[in-house]
Parts: sequence; C-alpha cells; structure tokens
Amino acid sequence: MTTTPVLEAIDETLETQGQPPVNVIYEWLTTVDHKKIGLMYIVYALLFLVVGGFEAILMRIQLAIPNNHFVSPQVFNQLFTMHGTTMVFFMGMPILFGMGNYLVPLMIGARDMAFPRLNAFSFWISAFAGILLYYSYIGGSGLYAAGSAPDVGWFAYAPLTSKVFSPGHSTDYWTLAVLLSGVGSIGTALNIVTTILCMRCKGMKMSRMPLLPWLYLVMSGLVFVAVSPLTAAQVMLTLDRYLGSHFFDTQAGGSAILWMHFFWIFGHPEVYVLVLPAFAFANEIIPVFSRKAMFGYPAMVAASVSIGFISLSVWAHHMFTAGLGPAGNTFFVFATMVISVPTGIKIFNWLATIWGGKIIFAPPMMFMVAFLFQFLIAGLTGIMLSAAPFNWQLSASYFVVAHFHYVLVGAIVFSLFGAFYYWYPKVTGKMMDETLAKWHFWLFLIGFHLTFDFMHVPGILGMPRRIYTYEAGRGWDTLNFIVGIGAIFQAVGTLILVYNMIHSYYKGKEAGHDPWDAWTLEWSVPSPPPSYNFAIEPTVNSRRPLWDLKHPEDPDSDYE
Amino acid sequence: MLLHLLCIRGHTTLSFFARYTPADTARTRPGAARILRNAVFGTSFAAVTACAQSPTNIFDPAGTPARSAFGLSMLVLSITLVIFLIVAGLLLYALIRFRHRETDSNREPAQIYGSNQIELSWTVIPILIVVTLFLTTTRVILVTEAIPKPASAMDVTVIGHQFWWEYSYPKLGVVTANELHVPISEPESPTPTYLTMSSADVSHSFWVPRLAGKMDLIPNRVNTMWIDPHETGLYLGQCAQYCGTQHAKMLLRVYAQSPQDFAAWIEQQSKPAQQNFPGNPAATEGQAVFMKNACINCHTVKGSVATGRFGPDLTHLATRDTIASGPVPNTPENLRKWIEDPNSLKPGSLMPAMHLNDHDLDVITAYLSQLH
Repeated sequence: MTTTPVLEAIDETLETQGQPPVNVIYEWLTTVDHKKIGLMYIVYALLFLVVGGFEAILMRIQLAIPNNHFVSPQVFNQLFTMHGTTMVFFMGMPILFGMGNYLVPLMIGARDMAFPRLNAFSFWISAFAGILLYYSYIGGSGLYAAGSAPDVGWFAYAPLTSKVFSPGHSTDYWTLAVLLSGVGSIGTALNIVTTILCMRCKGMKMSRMPLLPWLYLVMSGLVFVAVSPLTAAQVMLTLDRYLGSHFFDTQAGGSAILWMHFFWIFGHPEVYVLVLPAFAFANEIIPVFSRKAMFGYPAMVAASVSIGFISLSVWAHHMFTAGLGPAGNTFFVFATMVISVPTGIKIFNWLATIWGGKIIFAPPMMFMVAFLFQFLIAGLTGIMLSAAPFNWQLSASYFVVAHFHYVLVGAIVFSLFGAFYYWYPKVTGKMMDETLAKWHFWLFLIGFHLTFDFMHVPGILGMPRRIYTYEAGRGWDTLNFIVGIGAIFQAVGTLILVYNMIHSYYKGKEAGHDPWDAWTLEWSVPSPPPSYNFAIEPTVNSRRPLWDLKHPEDPDSDYE
Repeated sequence: MLLHLLCIRGHTTLSFFARYTPADTARTRPGAARILRNAVFGTSFAAVTACAQSPTNIFDPAGTPARSAFGLSMLVLSITLVIFLIVAGLLLYALIRFRHRETDSNREPAQIYGSNQIELSWTVIPILIVVTLFLTTTRVILVTEAIPKPASAMDVTVIGHQFWWEYSYPKLGVVTANELHVPISEPESPTPTYLTMSSADVSHSFWVPRLAGKMDLIPNRVNTMWIDPHETGLYLGQCAQYCGTQHAKMLLRVYAQSPQDFAAWIEQQSKPAQQNFPGNPAATEGQAVFMKNACINCHTVKGSVATGRFGPDLTHLATRDTIASGPVPNTPENLRKWIEDPNSLKPGSLMPAMHLNDHDLDVITAYLSQLH
C-alpha cells in the first residue's frame, strides 16, 4: 500500500505535462466520480439546509408572541410544508446519500460505486426535484393564486390534497418533486447495495466490513421498501387529481386512511433511513476518539439489521388517533416498543466502547457526546409516544414536534456535524479550525436545547402543531418565545460552520493522510483521495486494517 | 427506586384483567402507588405545571379517558426517567473517568472486542421492561376503547368542517355549532357522552386535553370516542389535525353542565327560532334582509326558509359565547365585523363577504343578536 503505484505516477505525469484543458464546470456537470457526486450531494443539501432553516426562523418569529401578524396564515402554512419537505427530501436524504457516496467505496476499498452513471443520474434527478419544488414559488398557481408554494403539510393528508380542496398547481409541484426525489433515492440505494455486496476489496468478508457500510446497506435496503410505496402513492394522487380516479377522493368513496398507510409505511422507515447513517458516523468516530475497537461488533450489526426489519412494522403508530381500534393499536404499540430493544443495544455498545478508553474531545467527538445524550432522550420520549393512550394526548402536538426534532437535529444533525469535522480533512486535505468548531458546537448546543427542550412543554399544555398563531392565556407564550431565541443561536452556529468550511479550505493546516490516527481504509489514501481512490487494491485481514499496519505486534486479525 | 417501580408495574399488570367502567377513575386505585408515583415524578411534573397555568394541560385531567392516560403517562415518565438517570449517569461517568489525560502514556488502551454475556443482559432487561410497559398500555387502551357503552350514555354526532364544528344530538333533536354542551358524569351515576365523528370535507381532530386524548374526524369514515367531565365548567381545546388555512382558529369549547342546567339548555335549543320581533323594527327588517340574501344557502335558522347546511346552524346564535368557531367573543360589534368581512377576523374563512351596505349590516346584526 505504501509503494509508489503506477497510477499515481501517471497522475503526476499528467500534472507536470499539463492535462488536456478541461472546463471545471463541464467536468463537475459530467462527472461520474463517486467523490465528486458525493460532494455535490452535500453542497446541494447544505444549500437546502440554509433555505429550510430560514423558513424555520420565519415560523419561530411568527410564533414568538401570541396573535402575531408577522406572516399570514397562508404563508405560514406554506412555510411549514416547505420546511418539512425540504429538510426530509432535499436536505436529510441527499446529505446522507452524499456522505455514503463519498465514504462507502473508500471504506470498502473500491475504486468507485458499482454504477457510476446511475449515480450521476440519481444525483441530478434529485437536484432537479428540489429545484422543481422551489419553482412553485414562481410558477405555482395555488389556492391563493400565482406564486404559491405547496401548503398541504409535509405528509399531505388526503383529501386536503384533492383538486377540490387544493385547486391550482402548488400541490402538483409537491407531488412531482417528491416523486422525482424518490426515483433518485431508489437509484442511489440500488447503487449502494450493489457496491457493498459486490465491490469489497480482497479479504473484506461481510463480517470484516466497517460498520458504516453495514448501516448504509440496511439504510439502502429500507429505501427500496419504504420509498417505493410513497412513489406509488404520488402516482395515485396525480391520477386522482387529473384523470378522475378515486383512490383518496373521499367524496367519491375513496379512503383518507389509505393515504395515511401509504405515507407512513414510507414515513416511519424513513426515520430510520435518516438515523441509520447517523449511527454509522457514530460507529466510526466514537471508537477512534476513545482509542478502542468497537465493542460488540456482531451485536451492532444484528441490532442494525433488526432495526431495519422491525421499522417496517411500526408505521401505524402515526395513526393512533385515526381510530384503528384496540387490536390494531395494540399491535403497533408492541412493535414500536420492541424497536427500543435493538436501539438500546446500540447505546449500550457505544457506552462500552467509551468505557476504559482514552477519550479525546476533538470536535468530532464533542458532537458525538452530544449525540449520545440527545439520542438517549429522543429514544425515551419515543417510548412515551409509543404508549397509545399517552400518544392520544401527545400526537400532533408540539411534544411530537420536539420529539422528532430531537431525533432529526439532536441525533442526526449533531452526528452529521461530527462527521463533517471528522472527514473534512480527508475530503479537502485541510484541517478545520478548532476554535471556530468549538464556537459552532457550543452555540448550536445551547440553541438546540433552548429550542427543543422547551418545545416539549407547549405540547403537554395542549398546543397543536401547524397553527399559525395562538391566543394568549393558554400558557404557551413564554415557552414559544424561548424556543424562538434558541433558533437564532442555532442559525448563528450553522453559519459559523459554513464559514469554517470555506475558511479552512483556503487557510487550514495541512491534514496529511491520517490526521486522527484512525483505522479504516479511507485514511490509507492521500487527502484528498485521487480519482481512482486506491492505486493498488488493498487487502484486509481484519475490521481495522490500519490498526493491523500500525500494530503489527498485536493485530486485530488475531482476535477475529 | 427501581424495585419500587417494579412493584408498581407488578400491581398494574396484575389488575390487567380487572373490569373497568367509564365511572372507574384513577381515584379508585390504591393510593400508595399513586403517592409514590407522584413523589418519583413530582419534581419534573411541578416544573411543567409551575411554569405555566394552562386550561389545556394534559396533566390536569378532568375526565376518565384523560385521567387513565395521565396515570399511564406518569408510569411511563417514571420508567423513562429512571432509565435516563442510569444510562446518562454511566455515560457521564465514563466520559469523565476515561478522558485522555496529559499524564497518560502514549500506549493505546486495552482493546476489548465484546462480551456475549453483557450483550445478553442488556438485551433481556430491556425486553422485560418493554413487556411490562406493553401490558400496562394495553390495559389502558382496553379500558378506554373497548368498554361497553352504558345505557345512560348520551349521543352527540360531531361533524368537522373547514373550519368549524357541527354538533347534533340525534335523540334530542338539537343541532348547534362550535360550542358543545354536555352533562357532567358523576362516578355514582355515569352519564358519559359518546361522540360519533366524521367530517364533511377534510380530516380534523377533536382534542380537549383535560377530557380525553384526541380522535380524528375523517371523511367517509365514522370514529367514536367518549368524554365524561366530572366537574362543571368550560373545557377548551382545538382542532389537532391540519385541515387548511384556518386550522389554527378551529377552537373547541366544551361546556360541562349540571344535569338540570343541561336539561334546560336542551329544552331551549330544541325550540325553533324566534320569528317575530315586536317592538324591534331593526331585527324585523334584518330578518327580511337575511332571508332575501344568499345567507340562507349556507345557514339554517330553524322554522324559517333558511335551511342551508354548509355553514353553522344559527337558530340560537345569540346563546353562544363566541363566533367564528371560538376565537371571537359574540358581541354585536364583532358580529357586524364578521358579516361585513369574515376575513378581517379569520383570514381564510370559507364564508364570503356579502358586500352588504351599512344599513343592511346593522339590521342583520340586530336580527342575529335576537336569536336566543
């Protein structure tokens, strides 16, 4: 691995003798390199993170005081619809796919994804979908005439989406954007599954694969099963709206419940589609910064796979208030509670990994520590919500909003930020500024807790989600004001991150191959990695090939 | 602490098959368990209620379904609190104890790859917790959803509309809107109110937190729930399923009345609307203007030609405290403003501004204010 490879020599020759002139924009537009596509996914998703975050800020200003007139109800309804749709479909999915795209081939010792052109296609169709959604602001004629974005909520319950209640085209923009992003997601999922199953390097049995590819394998499997019904439902909805079918048209005998089933058989596995990559980052970062091997690797794999399966049977806990009856409710209570067992196993294994280590609190690990505590709390409020009678009170209230933001922000975004700090040196060859990273961490942490800790309470005090205003005297005023303050902290923190990424790209210290003294294959190649990743296909003998290289006297391969 | 909790769980699971009726409240449970539960959870509960007095606090139940959900909530909260303290405590300890110190040698710590015994223990213990929680939850589901309806129950049909509530009492011949009146239910002689729910347009959800958890009103489908307020008073809530532009101002008001007051209310509401207004020429003229305008296409005034069903029944409008489904007090000034342009009070309301002149507005307001 350390010998000078032929391909590197060719690269150098090209550099010294001058490459054929290539237009940079043309190169990025036509690239099929998994790393470039991964980066484009990430940059595109960060753009939508800023847009979706801006929408959130506007909502929090509106709700900061009772009877506020900052935005009209129409605009508010568009804001939460666009915020939810953007963050799930055009921020969460793409950014996690982007990370997977970049990391999976590097971690399994492959030179690219299995289907590079499909990879490019999936990215561009997802990017197009996001732009299509936002084009509705200009082109969509909706309930409130031209220039109206979708306003049916991110789960777009029937029959509010039917032609009668949502005339105009804003809902069609939503439907088509989600449908197209679904096509892109399924393409990338297919690619990741094939890559992991077929393109692992020599010696990397499934049981020696790092946990990140394992979790991406489960995640991609879930995408197949979960996104397909959603895509089908979008087709059915479009048929309802334009060709007179009646799947969800309750006025003609259609079923509103059917849409709920379609949406949540997507919607709940989707939570795991988003959170499994967050676990994946934790599985890589926590051991490295504790200086210990992952505790209970087989248990972690088993837990991840069982989370994947169980998550397919919990969807109707989103429908406890739809009147499914005691038998249906009881089943979904059980399935939902059971999923806490493998999830708990994960937390305990992380705890055991830290135990007895030498923990280094570098920025990636700081975010992981916050991730662990916040994910614990999110899981526990999840157990509260799984108890159906408690759920009858809490569902569709701000408690639920706080709960799933604890998962999406407290767990996923924190883990993702940790991953940024961890892999940024690999991607750019530069270290990120640590002082700025600490500012980012503390501001975001304070903001997160101000916003989402306090957001649970209005839900307990009877505040439903998706209301554009409320009257004074319900006990919600102060709490909503605090929640709004927290949002500002988070925004500032995120801007510091963006600044840090740009600043460090130009001014950062050189990172070298392996700045964290880590153990997986991506740290064996230069930073940034050359287009072919590995000059010579690596051979591995254990789950931590670089540990084996660094500790020839005591390699992992002796214990597996 | 954990042992005590196990005792509580043991108790609740044992009483799993006990028969419950709507009148059975948490009050009838053994006091010790409740006291302990309150002690365990007292601090955080106090924190929640102290920071804000709210008429819609789910932890201040005033009816059986809300109370049994509250009991379950306290149990779940106690268990999760204990889990949190243990796991977070261990995490915190590990993070401090095993942090890298300057004085540490450069050697890597001992590499430990796992332990089947330990994995097994943290699989089995959570499974036991899950099973107990599941059984307790199932019991509360059954006592809320699967108990037989008593003969003394009263029926109300609730229809959700964008953005208001229609209530009818099919056995009593009363139709009203937005303000639900029900009798209180004494534990000795339970008179719960059974709500048969559907929707005229999109999905809505009925949520009065102090009385019961929510239930969706879904078009082309019938759901049921029951409430049994134990004390007289006004219970607030609002629509909890996003239903369009004015989802926020689709408020719920439930008036729990003593049996006598409720009987009097029913008697008054079952009368047709007043048709003659001697000595009040404005109201008489207003009545004529109302009947000649498109108002009658959407509104019913019982005993008149107005038989529309799209908007709220106005037969006894003047007896209601609010208009516009809750957010606006029912005063002549507000009523006039509402008729002139509903969007000024509730933007997105489906009632159109009828472009009436000032005189017509005055007389219609005078007429509607007389509909006692």
